[in-house]
Amino acid sequence: MKTSRTWGKRVVPWILPMLTLAAWEVSARAGWLSLRILPEPWAVARAAWALVQSGEMWSDVKVSAGRALAGLALGGGIGFMLALATGCSKPIEAALDSTVQMIRNIPVLAMIPLVILWFGIEEQAKIFLVALGVFFPVYVNTFHGIRSVDPALVEMANSYGVRGFALYRDVILPGALPSILVGVRFALGLMWVMLIVAETISAQSGIGYMTMNAREFMQTDVVVVGILLYALLGKLADVMASGLETWLLPWRSPHTVRAPRRSSAAHAALTGARQRLFKRRAAWRGAKA
Amino acid sequence: MSEATQQAGVTLRSVSKRFGNRLVLDGLDLSIEAGAFVSIIGRSGCGKSTLLRLVAGLDAPDEGVIAVGEEGPAASRRASGHTRIMFQEARLLPWKSVLGNVMLGCAVSESDHARAALREVGLGGRERDWPAQLSGGQRQRVALARALVHRPSLLLLDEPFGALDALTRLEMHKLVERLWREHRFTALLVTHDVQEAVMLSDRVVYVEHGKIALDEPVPLLRPRTRTTPAVAHIEGRILQRLLVPEPMPRGGDVKGLAA
Repeated sequence: MKTSRTWGKRVVPWILPMLTLAAWEVSARAGWLSLRILPEPWAVARAAWALVQSGEMWSDVKVSAGRALAGLALGGGIGFMLALATGCSKPIEAALDSTVQMIRNIPVLAMIPLVILWFGIEEQAKIFLVALGVFFPVYVNTFHGIRSVDPALVEMANSYGVRGFALYRDVILPGALPSILVGVRFALGLMWVMLIVAETISAQSGIGYMTMNAREFMQTDVVVVGILLYALLGKLADVMASGLETWLLPWRSPHTVRAPRRSSAAHAALTGARQRLFKRRAAWRGAKA
Repeated sequence: MSEATQQAGVTLRSVSKRFGNRLVLDGLDLSIEAGAFVSIIGRSGCGKSTLLRLVAGLDAPDEGVIAVGEEGPAASRRASGHTRIMFQEARLLPWKSVLGNVMLGCAVSESDHARAALREVGLGGRERDWPAQLSGGQRQRVALARALVHRPSLLLLDEPFGALDALTRLEMHKLVERLWREHRFTALLVTHDVQEAVMLSDRVVYVEHGKIALDEPVPLLRPRTRTTPAVAHIEGRILQRLLVPEPMPRGGDVKGLAA
């Protein structure tokens, strides 16, 4: 009874995607769907396999991921350091924060013409765009996290002689961490968006190059492979972000576990279920972003 | 237990503190002998918590002098390990284990002391739990262990039992009294519970309108039982003075209390 119910729960969500896929395949084969609009799923799979075999896919993914991560490290790093400075020092906040907030209101994509003028269409332009995109979510959430650390805890730590670097390490950064990770999550989403835009404008390598190239030769199957690759990489980044959360915030999962010692097996099952629930909640929060 | 803790007396001389226009403490004088257990009672907003925060060095008085132990008033008491404060909420760091919380501000080599302190408050074996896994009473025990690890000569307690259920509160009373007898630190407890004050302390001080309105010794032997007539007698006497109505045209002479 129970097993069939959980089995049903696992299968039901897949029915609609599978039916869609089947309908797509059938309509493409029957000729209702022009190859120029959408290739059949089977052709997409074949194209993907060909790209894997030729090694093109791997090299393109490598280049794109490299750009994305370089931009993330640059923009996220600067955003984090800047937020640390403005969050911890009122004078620096007074000097910088309103400027950052003003710049934040400029849509990053509106900067593209200027970015092309500045950097041309080379690598720097792509990395700059990604960095610019991830800078703001990291900055805003880190700043907010530092500012929302419970002042009662800071006062307590102060009265116990904890100050300076130890205060940041033991109280302020761990207190700000949940919010910082929310920022990282937003940043990971934006990172791929910015990269797609940057690579679509112009590229000599990478997934964007692969799809734009395929467009010129009307290879819709390769274009779809590129789109799916972006989706897959985005999902991968999201899974990694939620993994980061469970790894760095272990103290948030045992919430409301009142009697963990009653039975170790039951406790393990309970904690596992809670962690899954927590992950799901986090994913939902990410999706809302 | 084996290590004798130094005791520190507290002296406040004409201490005033104002928040904005409101005068919270008005030239208050108080002297607490080393090793004593003194309770400060009063209505909410009477300035009893402010008084404690001033002694802890968390706030500075606008006027007057506060001296703890042999340290001069100018000495930075906050930095010294001699004064420790327990707040109404446990104020544990949720991202640190129970042991990590107790070791806050300690060197890593002092983990044995921290474990011993946890055993003293009856939480041996819970070192690796997260604060979120503890009950309210257990969290206050951890906070108590965290204060005791530093071997304070003066322990300040800011209504630490206020949020606990009645049974847990009684247990905490016993625990604090036992640890006070063993460690011989000076204890200053702020509470609004007269019975709690009488049960625990050598002296009960009532603060009203920023001044000390009543200073009542509790010369009873320990351990005390709350059903003892002597306890009930002192409690009743204090309550009677407390319940004198606020300034009325003809009623009780409130000013007479301050004398």
